[in-house]
Amino acid sequence: MLNSINISHIFVFDQQKALDFYVGKLGLEVSNDLDLGVMRWLTVRAPGDPTHDILLEVPGAPAIDEKSAAQIRELISKGASGFAAGFTTNDAAKTYETLRSKGVEVTDELTQRDYGTDFGIRDPFGNQLRVVQLASTAHQAQPKAAATR
Amino acid sequence: MTEAVEQLNRRMLRARDAMDRTYALPLDVAAIARVANVSEAHFIRTFRATFGETPHRYLQRRRVERAMFLLRESDRSITDICLDVGFSSLGTFSRTFRDIVGMSPTDYRARGHIIAAPTCFTMRWMRPSSFGEAASKNGQ
Repeated sequence: MLNSINISHIFVFDQQKALDFYVGKLGLEVSNDLDLGVMRWLTVRAPGDPTHDILLEVPGAPAIDEKSAAQIRELISKGASGFAAGFTTNDAAKTYETLRSKGVEVTDELTQRDYGTDFGIRDPFGNQLRVVQLASTAHQAQPKAAATR
Repeated sequence: MTEAVEQLNRRMLRARDAMDRTYALPLDVAAIARVANVSEAHFIRTFRATFGETPHRYLQRRRVERAMFLLRESDRSITDICLDVGFSSLGTFSRTFRDIVGMSPTDYRARGHIIAAPTCFTMRWMRPSSFGEAASKNGQ
């Protein structure tokens, strides 16, 4: 049985700009930064949550031919990548204000819903992200399974 | 070339995000074009080339999507919802709603509550189609 999400990825166009955003503005931490020769394996994660890394991956050769990579970049830059990642916070209103003050683009204002309070943001490349303060009744507010990495 | 396209796309997306946030206000194409840092004429042309529809049509569908949400998730009157989402005339709202969704606001409301989903999901996936798919999904 699968018991957790270990790693997922987000396409970014420039890993330094991605670090400036995901670490510098969102406050994530770098969990791996390895030169694999063919690519830079760069992952980030939420501080205090070692269970889930996000690979900040640049689309391009040799993994993807340059024409396909260009198509991916064009689609992401016009917001067609869909929902890239969702983060939780203990204080959505405070996080909203903090991110706004750092110049993060807010796509969807702070909203109270059945599952909690959340808002939408976009990364510098066009990826849609979401930040939620889960209500205690939300199914995702239940404790995660113990990390077994 | 690709980088130029990306940058233009990104600016257009920033403008579209601004429209999504201010959907209830009268459409000010000049102001939205300034968000994208392009002229008004260039904005309308480029928006259509990028997203497949004019800014006006995009905004209409955004407003109707919000109306669809409010009809099923609130007890507000149809007139109030019409005004809430940016229409100034109930007649125009009802006609536009029927044209896009394929049924009247009253009939749509009768479907009952919808499952709670993040607003950006609702915005994208409950967005009524410009091309008739919404009507066919509704069994019209």
